[in-house]
Amino acid sequence: MKPVAFDYVRAQSVAEAVAALTSSGGEGKVIAGGQSLMPMMNFRMVRPSVLVDINRIPGLDRIEERGERLHVGALVRHRMTASDPVIGRHLPVLHAVMENVAHLTVRNRGTFCGSVCHADPAAEMPMMTLLLNGGVHVASPRGERVVAARDFLLSSLTTALEEDEMVTGIALDTLPPGTGWGFEEFARRHGDYALAAVVATMEGRDGCARNVRVAVMGVGDTATRLPGVEAALEGQRVDEDVIAGAVERLRAEIEPNSDLNGSADYRRHLAGVLAARVFRAAWTRAQEGGAA
Amino acid sequence: MSGKIDISVTVNGASYNRSVEPRMLLSDFLRHELGLTGTHVGCEHGVCGACTILLDGRSARSCLTLAVQVDGQEIETVEGQGSREELGRVQTAFRDHHGLQCGFCTPGFIMTITDMLHHHPLESDEQIRDALSGNICRCTGYQHIVNAVRELAKERGPLQ
Repeated sequence: MKPVAFDYVRAQSVAEAVAALTSSGGEGKVIAGGQSLMPMMNFRMVRPSVLVDINRIPGLDRIEERGERLHVGALVRHRMTASDPVIGRHLPVLHAVMENVAHLTVRNRGTFCGSVCHADPAAEMPMMTLLLNGGVHVASPRGERVVAARDFLLSSLTTALEEDEMVTGIALDTLPPGTGWGFEEFARRHGDYALAAVVATMEGRDGCARNVRVAVMGVGDTATRLPGVEAALEGQRVDEDVIAGAVERLRAEIEPNSDLNGSADYRRHLAGVLAARVFRAAWTRAQEGGAA
Repeated sequence: MSGKIDISVTVNGASYNRSVEPRMLLSDFLRHELGLTGTHVGCEHGVCGACTILLDGRSARSCLTLAVQVDGQEIETVEGQGSREELGRVQTAFRDHHGLQCGFCTPGFIMTITDMLHHHPLESDEQIRDALSGNICRCTGYQHIVNAVRELAKERGPLQ
């Protein structure tokens, strides 16, 4: 229950952090909030020889509007994501989702980007990064690259991040004012990892749903977008028949796992129940938004 | 590798300079290096909340924080909340409402509640329970703890 011995580097800049990762020869690990990494180090499931602390790097703790996108820096804590007025203005759905993220004390430390790097299949931040066409900004000795969320999140606890790379921030789409949204999550205890969760956004134009986005988590090896379900809703008046069709499609598209919290069949059923509520809520909000 | 690193921290207003191994958890640093055994260690993986302290005024799991990380920062522990002769306000509310039984989880609750009282809306029982949800009491004395917080929240009034 104590970490193995390691060297500690307190990086003062991204360049310094990347240099430390590079010289560690693949044995280095970046720590920001540490709310996922530290438990794994305490259990000795993760044994870095060098721990690179990025908490004192200036400038990474901001949420900024950059053109049509929001840039969430690598040191933005869950507490900030949950209360930031810029996010409240552009992405009310993200504020609603953040209410389900962990507990007060963990939210003080844990970071949005760190959660995406950890890539737990039942965590909210990877799902929201997929929903909002996130671009993961990655620094390495080769310069900076931007990886699309769907190419970054490969599998459970597995990302496309190379050993000498660190995430500096994640760019997210903003959604037009009045965009309807719905989010439902079921967990054993509020704030715990979800057994299943569904999120959707849609605009209401001319009585039809447009730009429909649907993502799920907890029902596969990674959070995922569901293009087939989005297509089933796109351009439709979202009545109960359309919802039933979309739910059927969703249950067919997901591949949940069984574990001690629930069987695959249970999770498939649960995701469908949540999805119907989410589609109704998003459609209702989209119509209110369209009228406003 | 892993030579010791000098750190300087303020704990409950007092300054300490120590040399620590990078892998030393803040919880072990407080207990073993400084002898402040009020901070309890339960699960050591961030689930139970027994080791909660304040780091620069906000609650943090000391078992998920390394001592070397908090160089130059301010820590508050349960020892800073009051003395045996003169209990702190949260401690008094716990005594008045029977908010503790075995007492193992209590230091963590006290520190979480201190954070809550400074930073969180506590107008409804739902808000109080949500803010407390990261701390586990295996005597399951939650109702009494909620009662204590309700009184403290009433005393505080709406969040400024």
